[in-house]
Amino acid sequence: MNKLIQRNNAQKIFMYFIKNIKLTSTFSRNLTTDNKFQIKEEFSGRPLYLDAQATTPLDPRVLDEMLPYLTSYYGNPHSRTHAYGWESEAAVEKARTQVANLIGADPKEIIFTSGATESNNIALKGVARFYGSKKKHIITTQTEHKCVLDSCRALEAEGFKVTYLPVKTNGLVCLEELEKAITPETSLVSVMTVNNEIGVKQPISDIGKLCKSKKIFFHTDAAQAVGKIPLDVQSMNIDLMSISGHKVYGPKGIGAIYVRRRPRVRIEAIQSGGGQERGIRSGTVPTPLAVGLGKACEISQQELSYDHARIEKLSKRLLDMIFKELTHVVRNGDPIQMYPGCINLSFAYVEGESLLMALKDVALSSGSACTSASLEPSYVLRAIGTDEDLAHSSIRFGIGRFTTEEEVEYTANKCIGHVKRLREMSPLWEMVQEGVDLKTIKWSQH
Amino acid sequence: MSTRNQVLKLYKMLLRESEKFESYNFRSYAVRRVKDAFRENQNLGNGDALKEKISEGHKNLEIIKRQVLISQMYKTDRLIIENMSRN
Repeated sequence: MNKLIQRNNAQKIFMYFIKNIKLTSTFSRNLTTDNKFQIKEEFSGRPLYLDAQATTPLDPRVLDEMLPYLTSYYGNPHSRTHAYGWESEAAVEKARTQVANLIGADPKEIIFTSGATESNNIALKGVARFYGSKKKHIITTQTEHKCVLDSCRALEAEGFKVTYLPVKTNGLVCLEELEKAITPETSLVSVMTVNNEIGVKQPISDIGKLCKSKKIFFHTDAAQAVGKIPLDVQSMNIDLMSISGHKVYGPKGIGAIYVRRRPRVRIEAIQSGGGQERGIRSGTVPTPLAVGLGKACEISQQELSYDHARIEKLSKRLLDMIFKELTHVVRNGDPIQMYPGCINLSFAYVEGESLLMALKDVALSSGSACTSASLEPSYVLRAIGTDEDLAHSSIRFGIGRFTTEEEVEYTANKCIGHVKRLREMSPLWEMVQEGVDLKTIKWSQH
Repeated sequence: MSTRNQVLKLYKMLLRESEKFESYNFRSYAVRRVKDAFRENQNLGNGDALKEKISEGHKNLEIIKRQVLISQMYKTDRLIIENMSRN
């Protein structure tokens, strides 16, 4: 009996391919044959932008602050002998204060870098190498950004031991497991604040407290969190923090790293040079970009609750619309401990790439921009134990300061329509509707 | 001019300028933010806090005017939903 069902299903799938081949061949000859298979839709205009985790637009207020330093005030902020240098230096120092204020730090603890990737490299390699003669162990998680994981790989090649902590199915780190992983050899714990793919917020305060009690440095990659959720390096016991400019409506090409001074965290510099930024990051500070990052941080601080309330509202609207119309949709990551501007959904029985192709009029992504070129499912989704097929069908919706209600509604409606259309084409969906449990099917004969 | 008229005039000028943003997203944000800011502060009273807000508003008006010019210099195609609502 069981075998019979299997054969029937196999036949069904075979028939589907035959049917499909026929239809696609007519499709290529005549575009109007069957609009069920017509992927190329007519639309005019630029696509909507719903990928706020990849990057955000430059806020006009930030550009307005930057422009004088791109035109009139071009002095090198490190020139000490003339007014051109002094005015640039003053602007850079003002920006440093603006960044520090947003995270409750002292301006002297902020170091400008080229972005969060560089900040993460400095934090991990810098701390590990400085304390490397005594302590040779680092702890991080499996869901970190590529640049943290890759820095750890590089350190492993240098002889460091790295623990890649697994996360729970909701994407959060288990504190007991973290505590168990800590050894007297451990010099650094690095856990990101908000995940770039699934938007979960890690228990940063608790991890900070634990690390402080064990006298271990705590680094957090807060690129997706700064300016979006309240952060305070004092109350959260953070020793190092990575900040990115272009994720807070600032310019691309600048970021910052917070390095605690009391008790002092010492770092071995990666870049050699003129000793700017307290020797931690040599190279002339790009005044206009620093000014932009500073202004972006100031605006984010003023607008934090306004933006958050707004993004929460839009996020709820999107979820309500999609969950009302579609079944078999899974939300990846913890639904409560998360930043509402990042929604990661898996649409079962739909291939994520096909859905992205169909949704050409909306700029969306299936996960991190760094890995969006490959068709491999995201390692973050695999780490939270998402099934292979669901990991392949995930889409990330990124809502930001400039997203409108119309954009969210348009996206939700388009998404619902395409998911329904693609499911109707899928033999798997048909089988699920008939009550076949797909997990029991043996797909190959060997 | 009474303070009330001053505030009303500022409000109208801010809205009128915000409407001129070329970019759909910046335009909708600016209009929404101006409206919400005035609503938030409608019970501010008549003291120094109000004066401060008024001068802040004027500074923002200047920023919007400059940024509107820039947005008009580097135009892009309209967004798909803008084209839909015009049809």
